[in-house]
Amino acid sequence: MNTLLRILAWLGASIVAVTIVESILKSLKNYQIMGSDIITDYGLNIICLMGISISLAVSLQLINGYTGQFSLGHAGFMAVGGYVAAFITKSTLTGANPPDQSLLGTLPVYIFALCAGALAAAIAGLIVGIPSLRLKGDYLAIVTLGFGEIIRLVIENIEAVGGPRGYIGIPKFPKWTWLSAGGFEGTFSSLSWIFLFIIITIIVVHNIVESSFGRSLVAIRDNEIAAEAMGIDTSFYKVLAFTISAALAGFAGGLYAHLYGQLVPNTFNFVRSVEIIIMIVFGGMGSITGAVLGAIILTGLPEWLRIMAGLRSDSLPSWINKSLGYLPDLRMIIYSSLLILIMLVRPQGILGNYEFSLSKLLGKSSKNLPKTTEEKKA
Amino acid sequence: MELFLQQLINGIVQGSIYALIALGYTMVYGVLRLINFAHGDVFMLGAFIGFYTANLLGISQPSVGALILVMTVSMAGSAAVGLVIERFAYRPVRKFSRLTSLITAIGVSLLLEYAAQFVFGATPKSFPTIFETQNISLFGNVTISNDSILIIIVSIFLMVMLNLIVFKTKLGKAMRAVSFNLDVAKLMGINTDFIIAFTFALGSALAAAAGILYSVHFTKIDPLMGLLIGLKAFVAAVLGGIGNITGAVLGGLLLGIAEIMVSGYISSSYKDVFAFLILILVLIVKPAGLLGSAAQEKV
Repeated sequence: MNTLLRILAWLGASIVAVTIVESILKSLKNYQIMGSDIITDYGLNIICLMGISISLAVSLQLINGYTGQFSLGHAGFMAVGGYVAAFITKSTLTGANPPDQSLLGTLPVYIFALCAGALAAAIAGLIVGIPSLRLKGDYLAIVTLGFGEIIRLVIENIEAVGGPRGYIGIPKFPKWTWLSAGGFEGTFSSLSWIFLFIIITIIVVHNIVESSFGRSLVAIRDNEIAAEAMGIDTSFYKVLAFTISAALAGFAGGLYAHLYGQLVPNTFNFVRSVEIIIMIVFGGMGSITGAVLGAIILTGLPEWLRIMAGLRSDSLPSWINKSLGYLPDLRMIIYSSLLILIMLVRPQGILGNYEFSLSKLLGKSSKNLPKTTEEKKA
Repeated sequence: MELFLQQLINGIVQGSIYALIALGYTMVYGVLRLINFAHGDVFMLGAFIGFYTANLLGISQPSVGALILVMTVSMAGSAAVGLVIERFAYRPVRKFSRLTSLITAIGVSLLLEYAAQFVFGATPKSFPTIFETQNISLFGNVTISNDSILIIIVSIFLMVMLNLIVFKTKLGKAMRAVSFNLDVAKLMGINTDFIIAFTFALGSALAAAAGILYSVHFTKIDPLMGLLIGLKAFVAAVLGGIGNITGAVLGGLLLGIAEIMVSGYISSSYKDVFAFLILILVLIVKPAGLLGSAAQEKV
């Protein structure tokens, strides 16, 4: 009962937070700086993409960062979730007897589709996890890579979802009532879903890590044999972590599908999985804060590069101008150099396993805790 | 029957290329316990070095001499690339965990791919004709092109050379010692850094040879061509038993034949799925591969 109340309270708080953020964005929409809109559809799109990356990175952190199992197949789970959710919404909403087109009529369809996508991804995670987790280290990496590629190649061979050309015409998210006025549609309506889901992902992963289940995962990461000797059922916990992580990735895939309205199998290849890994490696293995930071910085990288390229001016030497002009094409080169550089200089990532915490920031909340014997003596 | 024989020949040709690349994977894994993800991209670089060498030299007449020249330059160039990668990316992270090395390898692989796309351009290039190809009919409708024969002959030659180096020379003995136990090899006075670098150079040269043979046979090259072939050659190495040189050749040939058979008799769109399925099955059922020996984990 207590747990249920807590979950409800968190969910309520999240919805309130999302509403506040969106209201701020909505009010900013009407203002302009120097003749250009502060909030553009393009900018919102990038924010949405960052949000999806955050949830992918945080969910992958559960396997790679906390359990210490190197998975290279996250894009595959994302694809499963995305395709299943998209198939359900498309066939229901544009099928023979579509439901009432109002928000109340369509909302359950979306929620059901996203959950079904997450469930399908979880099942895929279970199927991949049970055999693979007998393997360790680089062998596990290579098997998850193999599974990820198989998922993609199988999707390419399913004609019902468009095959290699891609699945198009997926319905986008409906408008939320409190935002529907004032020309908020398209990308903007996805934002609330994505915000809400980021919060859910972070809460889920954070609570897992702080629970005894999470402690077991960290024990497995630090020394699997010792963990087993302490009585931890390592295979069970590894598979469970894998499944939860896959489910979250599947949910994120569903959000991605409805954000763009189309899915192309080739975007879920192994390079995509590596991109998510770069995010957590960059931010710090074993840190939710690091995953969020890595996702924001690296998803925004093309935009940062475009801004840098915009710095070209006549007062600069021509070779600088020329190299600045090349920057936007260098995204993947910068990604990979960054990855190598971090491994050379700081293999644990920028934040290591540091975790941002509000209570730590606002002074130690040790006031309510009983004093230890040491403190009493002093 | 004719179809089957034709497929078998095609499979052996495809398999020989896989085998040459798989040798590099297996040797590096043997000495470092590292999956060198960048190996497939060294294969790609080998093809591109060959492309530019042939164009710069202005080779207009296809001849065996031209082929040998281009292949030698490309093998030397790729060996140098292998040495640079080893020295500046893998050696500094060797003291960290194996996963750090793996992530570095993935980074190097992506860097080579996208740097190649940036420098050479993403569109496929057609490889210059440095070897006149013609079809020779064996019997009935079964044909074999002379470049296929070339691929098989060169592969066998290089594999024999490699075997001689690894099993008959002092350097080879040191390589085997390093792969057996790096620390003990060090204690015996073997310069392990040099041996590891040498292994990289050797593997990269073989990959470059495979790159040239591939380009002569398939004529189209592009910066991402090493990605899938590299992964499949890795599958071949695992199939044969990673760390085992004979195993890499066997695995390469088996994978090549199996893949051509699947695309010939079932569907060509499933041949990649099939390669990955083999990988997963081998790793789950017999992780040591066909010829490898399972290592006991020490606590």
